[in-house]
Amino acid sequence: MKHSLLYKRDFYAGGLMILFGLFAALNGPKYTMGTLMHMGPGFLPTTLGVILVLLGLVIAGSALATKPGEDEEGILPEHPQWFGWACILAGPLAFIVFGKIGGMIPGTFACVFVSALGDRESTWRSAAILGAVVTVFGVALFHYLLKIPMPLLRWDFL
Amino acid sequence: MIETALTGLWYGFGVAFEPQNLMWCFVGVLVGNMVGVLPGMGPLATISILLPLTFGMKPVGAILMLAGVMYGAQYGGAICSILLNLPCHPPHAVTCLDGFPMTKQGRGGVALSLTVFSSFVGASWGITEMIFLSPILVKVALEFGPAEICSLMALGLLAGSTLARGSPVKGVCMTIVGLLLGSVGSDLETGQQRFTFGLAELDDGVELIALALGLFGIAEFMTSINQTASINTQYAKVRLRDMRPTRADVKRSIFPAIRGTLVGSLCSLIPGTGPTIASFVAYATEKKVSKTPDKFGTGMIEGVVCPETATHSSVQGDFIPTMSLGIPGDAVMALLLGALIIQGIVPGPQLISQHPDIFWGLVASFWIGNILLVLLNVPLIGIWVKMLAIPYKYLYPSALFFVCIGVYAANNDFFQVGEVIVIGIFGYVLLRLGFHPAPILLGFVLGPRFEENFRRAMLISRGDLATFIERPISAVFVGLCVILIAVQIYVRLRGAKSDVYLAPEKALQPGAEQRAGVPAAAPLSADATRVIPH
Repeated sequence: MKHSLLYKRDFYAGGLMILFGLFAALNGPKYTMGTLMHMGPGFLPTTLGVILVLLGLVIAGSALATKPGEDEEGILPEHPQWFGWACILAGPLAFIVFGKIGGMIPGTFACVFVSALGDRESTWRSAAILGAVVTVFGVALFHYLLKIPMPLLRWDFL
Repeated sequence: MIETALTGLWYGFGVAFEPQNLMWCFVGVLVGNMVGVLPGMGPLATISILLPLTFGMKPVGAILMLAGVMYGAQYGGAICSILLNLPCHPPHAVTCLDGFPMTKQGRGGVALSLTVFSSFVGASWGITEMIFLSPILVKVALEFGPAEICSLMALGLLAGSTLARGSPVKGVCMTIVGLLLGSVGSDLETGQQRFTFGLAELDDGVELIALALGLFGIAEFMTSINQTASINTQYAKVRLRDMRPTRADVKRSIFPAIRGTLVGSLCSLIPGTGPTIASFVAYATEKKVSKTPDKFGTGMIEGVVCPETATHSSVQGDFIPTMSLGIPGDAVMALLLGALIIQGIVPGPQLISQHPDIFWGLVASFWIGNILLVLLNVPLIGIWVKMLAIPYKYLYPSALFFVCIGVYAANNDFFQVGEVIVIGIFGYVLLRLGFHPAPILLGFVLGPRFEENFRRAMLISRGDLATFIERPISAVFVGLCVILIAVQIYVRLRGAKSDVYLAPEKALQPGAEQRAGVPAAAPLSADATRVIPH
């Protein structure tokens, strides 16, 4: 029984909610609680945190109630796409890094290029072409048409 | 009453026909229609990306455009369902059941044209409802004190989280997470910093756009990457000529369209039951009413028209509580409300009298937008069909760039882009654990106003919680909350499922066989209905 609990999705779902609730409920009282009449900023977060812990317990408890074999869909999907996920998350990261030091052109290209690599079918070449196309389009739209205040290219980091 | 409504409407057309507003309305429905067609892009992500670009615009133009994206996407989603059997937008999932068989019989064009026209009927009814119901609601709501507003919000949040898809308990959890996220930043009354971890960038709270794009952009890309089977476009060839319905088709569609309209408008009046539930209920109703229920799933035009009408009537109807009470029914409405707040407009019952140009302009633009959509969809069908074939591997990297630049443009700050990454990971974990993140947005947008009114109500009642049940209107709302929870518990304990929950499953049963015939699309269709939030 205990072993199968580890395979229950709701067990983790409830656990996560309990964690959030505890975080709010324990940090809330650090701000002023106040009284019910004059509520301080800590009142609502603490209350919500407590409710969330209770609901988390209900969810985790319902995992106990199901029989072994039910609701055992793993947390990871059948075919985890670690590389794809990493590329999707690395895209915006590349946008921050290259956008900060290099401006809009390198930021855009890096973002599209890196994230495009995540697809199973894409190659270095197709990702680079897509990156270039989106960069041209993006610069035209966001720099010239919509005038987003972000330098196109900058060298001052050198 | 009627006279004031018509005067307002007349004034609204004046606003909506201003060249600039007309242009934004057109841009909105065009973009909406486009993303509706594209498998894997939702109206939520699109509105969030466009949101920062509207900061420099006048509020009327901004809201007309963003709303246009929302209902424009509904038109596009139907194309995707009927021609490709891809229910990439949940409200149109049932449309696949009879829409795709029609396409296989070579009658896809007829299904599309009748969908467009019945959608227009449904939307028109929804708009009419909005014109006459909103002023009445506002009249009542203007009498509300903080206690009433508070319990009404609680009811809205509860309904929004328990009546939508998925487990009700998990839905409530998501709402509370949203409320907590909404409390990040400076406290409204005392200015104390809450949950900022000492980061000055979090003083103003979590960025709405970052939250929406993290949950409905990045998390969604992570779910869909490398999951898309090759899209089956062999039937998706529709010419303008194929779209002309026969007289018998039109005749068969009239009553389903009326029934769909009724179902949709009823669903839009219950907070939390958006277009998705409306379409499922409509399909089930139509099947029950029909003389030949066994033929559903083989390409019955009734099975296409009725749910589509219901969707559109409910989409327009959803604007009623959002605009007149300031209580959004689902995540898209929450986002539109957020857009108003960013423009410095306080949503609530006073909106119609304080900003008549926004309210009546919006109503009038709905009609203009829907007519534009009919005009766009009939002759441009060939272009939309071509867009269906854009592979996902080009789509998501480009969309990611739009996400980045959109979030950056909100504050011209890279910090929010980092916020998106963190929220994206968080959103993906939630999806994997069986949570639907849409209520987070509801809680997040309503959170600050909920807290403010709660505090005020407590101050007025001198800290007596009984005020919520002593004031009659508030007591009604609290009573409805209790009933809602009681029904959920009762349903759960009995182990049976209520009609609303049963309807989708019933309706989808023929779909299982139907999809088995198209193996290429099967894995995605099962995934997409679950994953992509409305």
